[in-house]
Amino acid sequence: MFRYIIRRLFGALPTLLVIITLAFFLIRLAPGGPFDSERQVPAEITANLERAYHLDQPLPVQYGYYLWNMVQGDFGPSFKYKDHSVSELIAQGFPVSLQLGLSAMLLALLIGIPAGMLAALKQNQPLDHAVMALAMTGITIPNFVMAPLLALVFGVFLHWLPVAGWNDGWKSAVLPVIALALPQIAYAARMMRASMLETLGSPHIRTAFAKGLPLRLVLWRHVLKGALLPVISWLGPATAAIITGSVVIEQIFSIPGIGRHFVQGALNRDYTLVMGVVVFYGALIILMNLLVDVIYGLVDPRVRYE
Amino acid sequence: MRKLPLLLLSLCLTTSFAHAESVIKRGNGAEPETLDIHKSTGVSEANIERDMLEGLVTEGVDGKLQPGVAEKWEISDDGLSYTFHLRSDSKWSDGSPVTAGDFVYAYRRALSPETASDYAFILWPIAGAEAFSKGEQKDPASVGVKAIDPQTLEITLKAPTPYFLGMLMHHMAFPVPQKVVEKVGNDWIKPENMLCNGAYCLSEWKPQSHVKLAKNPNYRRAAEVKIDTVYYIPTEDQNTELKRFRAGELDITYDVPADQIKNVQQDLPDAFRSTSYIGTYYYALNLQNPAFKENPKLRRALTLALDRDILTEKITQSGEIPAWGWVPAVDDYSQQAIEEKSLDKAARTDLAKQLYTESGYGADKPLELEILYNTSDNNKKLAIAVAAMWKQVLGVKTSLRNEEWKVYLDSRNQKQYQVVRSGWIGDYNDAYSFLSIFKSDVGEINTPGYQNPEFDRLMKEAETQSDPKLRREAMEQAERVLLADMPIVPIYHYTTQHLVSPRISGWEDNVMDVHQTQYMGLK
Repeated sequence: MFRYIIRRLFGALPTLLVIITLAFFLIRLAPGGPFDSERQVPAEITANLERAYHLDQPLPVQYGYYLWNMVQGDFGPSFKYKDHSVSELIAQGFPVSLQLGLSAMLLALLIGIPAGMLAALKQNQPLDHAVMALAMTGITIPNFVMAPLLALVFGVFLHWLPVAGWNDGWKSAVLPVIALALPQIAYAARMMRASMLETLGSPHIRTAFAKGLPLRLVLWRHVLKGALLPVISWLGPATAAIITGSVVIEQIFSIPGIGRHFVQGALNRDYTLVMGVVVFYGALIILMNLLVDVIYGLVDPRVRYE
Repeated sequence: MRKLPLLLLSLCLTTSFAHAESVIKRGNGAEPETLDIHKSTGVSEANIERDMLEGLVTEGVDGKLQPGVAEKWEISDDGLSYTFHLRSDSKWSDGSPVTAGDFVYAYRRALSPETASDYAFILWPIAGAEAFSKGEQKDPASVGVKAIDPQTLEITLKAPTPYFLGMLMHHMAFPVPQKVVEKVGNDWIKPENMLCNGAYCLSEWKPQSHVKLAKNPNYRRAAEVKIDTVYYIPTEDQNTELKRFRAGELDITYDVPADQIKNVQQDLPDAFRSTSYIGTYYYALNLQNPAFKENPKLRRALTLALDRDILTEKITQSGEIPAWGWVPAVDDYSQQAIEEKSLDKAARTDLAKQLYTESGYGADKPLELEILYNTSDNNKKLAIAVAAMWKQVLGVKTSLRNEEWKVYLDSRNQKQYQVVRSGWIGDYNDAYSFLSIFKSDVGEINTPGYQNPEFDRLMKEAETQSDPKLRREAMEQAERVLLADMPIVPIYHYTTQHLVSPRISGWEDNVMDVHQTQYMGLK
């Protein structure tokens, strides 16, 4: 198992290098540069700026610089947020996004999985239809509609919770976590229902029932183990996506996470920031997928790593 | 000795009872890019910097010029030399005096190529500044800023620049604490290092969450400063900002969403503030394009065909002022307008049609145009309305092209457009800040690529003229030349919108949209 993990980690390095290289050259292909602004400054001043950020060097040299600094853990200064390095920005934003994302994911699992199980057990009965209808609604109502609605009702009208910001402790987290979790609850429920139904129909479950095991035992010991597998493989990338920040939710609730750096960094042509978050996100996805595979090994008796 | 704890306790109690902390929260648009006065470019940053640092001159509650660190100054007869006498009571937040040396150091740092300041050019009217900033001259002493003694600063200009004092209100002209910057370099703006000489000082900065400023007890007006703590809260999403204001989480907003202005005027009439702003929204016509080159009649027809009242009242709906000229309402200047402004709408439309025909186009040979704008709802709505008016009045076939901000800037700078949406906000309250961008030698900032020797000559005259009246006349005449050539289609002058909680006192609307917290209080 340990050797497997080490092997996977080394195998990830070329993947990361490809990601870095592609991102580095692609962002520079986009028209416009980090120092273009409404008020075009004199050429000499642009030259000063480009010199200060090594942008006056040929591209391959810049690429070399970048790789060399990155190996030493330096992602460079942000072109836009000039008082911060990219590492600082990620270090400041990530804990917030992590907290938000993990809470939302937890909530999604706590509600979604039991709901899906319930629906599967009561297949084609009113309860099933009700759960699935709710789940469908959860998936189809987009975040950017749900989030302002929540803020309007609980913040502006009822004054129970802050409308936005991240300074009121748990109170600040309630609305964004719910808004972020709603679609995930729906996904989790639908997926759980489908895989439960599939597992319930499989031969080893029929055998278990035939042996006369009580329903509860069959469910916990046999059905759940098999039915959770698709959910687990969905969990890896979904968690990575959700904890690297939801751009929309962070924007609407003014949350100081890293979500907005993905979009704003690219729009501002903040080359170093874009690179930083891409590398970070890439590494996170790779790690999450590895984690999923490890959990698979533990849960699924058909998968074993040497 | 035994009494000491008791004494301390009673002291704590009395101070805490006598003085409940007053806090205000200001919505501030984008997250500040930096708080380094020499590197920042935006309005959000300037709002915060103005509270923390004070220049030689500063703004009053009305946004007008007032003495700042300098209590008085003399200007030489030729208008080239300014001698500032610094106040003896102007201090940094650690109690040490603000000296002329701090200003000399600050200006040299602002101009140094190593600092790589976007805004260095604003100090170029100072003798030697341009050469030093471009790296042609390495010696910082070549810049015309000298400390005669710790309380006397002399600035020499390369030409009389009547707006120079107004320019000193810009954050590029603030002082920096020399001893701190020399010690910690670019980290001088971190809360633990920063020294301020303004009404407030930086106490905390959480990116994307807030910048917290605390009252500076060493500020010269500290006795009159009522608010103890100010939070500047980034509010990039205008709808969220509005909700936060309604929920009482913000006292002042940075803006109001355009589509909500009508509602806000009804629901929050006591809080809604709107006034004119020194800026103009316009369409620039690419004069390198064959359609517009040597064709002033066509350019004029396009301008006359627009009904600006409909554009501002029905489309933009934020109280914008229809623009018939280029320079908005600035101080010491009489606003110019195209001659046809006085005609009624029908006559203007007829004239537009006539000019259009004379310029060689008509129903059988319609002009085909493309409007380029940066992606935004407001720009789109306006472009659609303009295209419809051109179609209806002249029969012009207009297509629209929107581009994401940086792509748009690139296209604009490369002159890859026929008609492009543009906007200009003045750096200081003077017509020169507007007219100077159409000089033939200023580069890409001159969006239409306008060149007229007569215009250049008049601007040159304005630059060298030390008599304010003659200077003003030269600029007014220059604008008339510009409007006769019509390289642009002015559309409206900007207005500012804020929501200011009725519990806030000391807020005065002003054309510079500058509101220092030191003048505010709680009712």
